[in-house]
Amino acid sequence: MQLNSKKSISAALAAASCALLGAPVHAESTINSDAEAWKFDTAILFYGESERVQLLEGVVNASKDFGNEQVFNGKVVIDTLTGASATGAVAQPYVQTFTRPSGKGGYTVAAGDTPLDDTFHDTRVQVSGQWTQPIMEDVRASGGLQFSKEYDYLSIVANGSLAFDFNQKNTTLSAGLSYAMDTIDPVGGRPTDFAMMTASTGHGEGDGYDDDDNENGESSGSESKDTADLLLGVTQIINRRMLMQFNYSLSQSDGYHNDPYKLLSVVNDQGYTQNILYESRPDKRTKQSFFWQTKYAMDQGVVDVSYRYASDDWEIDSHTIDTRLRFDLTETTYIQPHIRYYQQTEADFYTPFLAEGAPLPEYASADYRLGKMSAITLGIKYGMQLDNGDELAFRIEYYQQTPKNPGIDAPGILQGEDLYPSVKALIAQVNYRF
Amino acid sequence: MSHQSLQVEHQGDHYCGRFFAMASPCELLIDCLDPSVAQQVTQAAANEAWRIEAKYSRYKSDNVMHAINNSHGQPVAIDEETGRLLSFADTCYQLSDGLFDVTSGVLRKAWRFDGSDNIPSKQQIAPLLKRIGWQHVQITPQSLTLPSGFELDFGGIGKEYAVDSVAKICLQLAPHISVLVNFGGDIQVTQPRAAQPYWQVGIERPGEQDNQHAVVHIANGGLATSGDAQRYLLKDGIRYSHILNPKTGYPIQHAPRSVTVAAEQCIQSGLLATLALLQGKDAELFLQQQSVTHWCYW
Repeated sequence: MQLNSKKSISAALAAASCALLGAPVHAESTINSDAEAWKFDTAILFYGESERVQLLEGVVNASKDFGNEQVFNGKVVIDTLTGASATGAVAQPYVQTFTRPSGKGGYTVAAGDTPLDDTFHDTRVQVSGQWTQPIMEDVRASGGLQFSKEYDYLSIVANGSLAFDFNQKNTTLSAGLSYAMDTIDPVGGRPTDFAMMTASTGHGEGDGYDDDDNENGESSGSESKDTADLLLGVTQIINRRMLMQFNYSLSQSDGYHNDPYKLLSVVNDQGYTQNILYESRPDKRTKQSFFWQTKYAMDQGVVDVSYRYASDDWEIDSHTIDTRLRFDLTETTYIQPHIRYYQQTEADFYTPFLAEGAPLPEYASADYRLGKMSAITLGIKYGMQLDNGDELAFRIEYYQQTPKNPGIDAPGILQGEDLYPSVKALIAQVNYRF
Repeated sequence: MSHQSLQVEHQGDHYCGRFFAMASPCELLIDCLDPSVAQQVTQAAANEAWRIEAKYSRYKSDNVMHAINNSHGQPVAIDEETGRLLSFADTCYQLSDGLFDVTSGVLRKAWRFDGSDNIPSKQQIAPLLKRIGWQHVQITPQSLTLPSGFELDFGGIGKEYAVDSVAKICLQLAPHISVLVNFGGDIQVTQPRAAQPYWQVGIERPGEQDNQHAVVHIANGGLATSGDAQRYLLKDGIRYSHILNPKTGYPIQHAPRSVTVAAEQCIQSGLLATLALLQGKDAELFLQQQSVTHWCYW
């Protein structure tokens, strides 16, 4: 190479470099400097109890990462309930007549059947939003609001929490508070505690019976309940595959806890219903729960086991064991069997019926949800990732709730009736994430 | 760090992404504080580096390089990208009067630059010289015909090309963020930084004791180093650099141990540094004549 003739090498190389690099490169999609696209998670869920409540629910969950760990999550849930729910009144060996919740008209229950309120239908709309962002190094704050509206019910919940990362983000401590304000405006007014349910003549509606609410043992106006929750949690990454979480929560509620549609039968010593009353519950409830969860990532799946113990001052103690095992069938499909077992003791004021002549207790409810019971859920989920990266999943589950006698001797004819009918339900869900 | 894995970590006023490609640690300095941007840029950069490595590595049997080197004198169809690289190699061959030759890789069969005194004999070199010579390679826009026994090797331009390609992708992905791409000392900066006047990187200075690094400030453009920091032979007090003259089959004599050049593009810097080393004792004069910013270590 003759140096004196090669002064232009640099320029020639520059031109050659341009030719080499000038062509379009194999670019991936352009990111805008921080934000990610919206992500949506949608689901349709069907829940059907045999001969009882049926629920159809649609959920849209949208989240967006605005960058710098600022995340918004919004959710809309719409569900419709139809069917019948046990009122709490006991079955009798003859036809029984009940009034509608509105006080207008009535319905009858056949001999030997558990009285159900078959006017159960409602639509619930729930809208919520949650914002999360870091407020300093290793500290994230989150706050949210939720509104839930049914025909006779309004709930507003506000929450806030802080999460602290430690130990190279292997440990996270979190503390949160939430406050819920619920307002119920029962159809036909709120029944007074232990008010008598007046039998309807059944001669059509609008018979003037409810012109005077007090005659029906109902007081007009809405009732409210306030609930404050405290949640403390620790999440620990044990190793590359294993994560463990402990939560403690304390919940205190104050206000109207009755279910205005629940009833109690007053029976005589032969077991015959003499009267039907509305229920009465305490106006305070304090609940504590302890929750432990472990997730373990296998080569081809995930094990997720959790246990919850909850206890409240209504004397309901419950244990829940929930197990999900995810098996990856291929790179894009998986199945996930699910087993959940639940059991609870009855509330101290739970009773399937009241005895005639005995002094009226301060509180009493025959709501099966407050009784002694166990429940099991068996399910399976199948999920797949589609070619475009979206996810589709199907879930089907069977739920059986088995109420138990908390140790009450049924008098006379009630021995021949099913005072603790079980509830069986089928749950089907389709989930689409994009 | 295993292959095909990457790390992104916060480092003062920027993020640093790291991965391994082309037998070299690869590093990105990303002038932003958004971990998700850093993650995406690093992932895209790594994908591009691994793509180029997979396509042109001599150590794989399922790529275009293997097809060319096992063509036994038959024409091999080439894609547009390979065509551009061959065209660039041809320019370098012309500009260097044949001293830069992508067919000279076969000399590796005789030379092992492992710091030993194992200098090959004339008898070992002579047959290899018959298998070298870019002028014997026929290229058309669609095909390449390599004489039987010849081997093609993009070792002299591949890494620099990857650095520039990765920088280009970073610029497309993050048009407003300065990214410094550093593949084992071959560097390209996509654009000036937002708040700081320059990036600061250390480059190896082979002449110095204790592996001392020279700190270089780079605001924009490319930087590349060519030299024999680790790759040399030593016999009878003579240091044989790994820069081989394809015409003689022996190392260039009296060249600097390392040359660093700054230019608009990394690949320009790399070629200027290599061409300077091929000048031997005239390396620095060559760089002065080209009026490029350079550092020579003797």
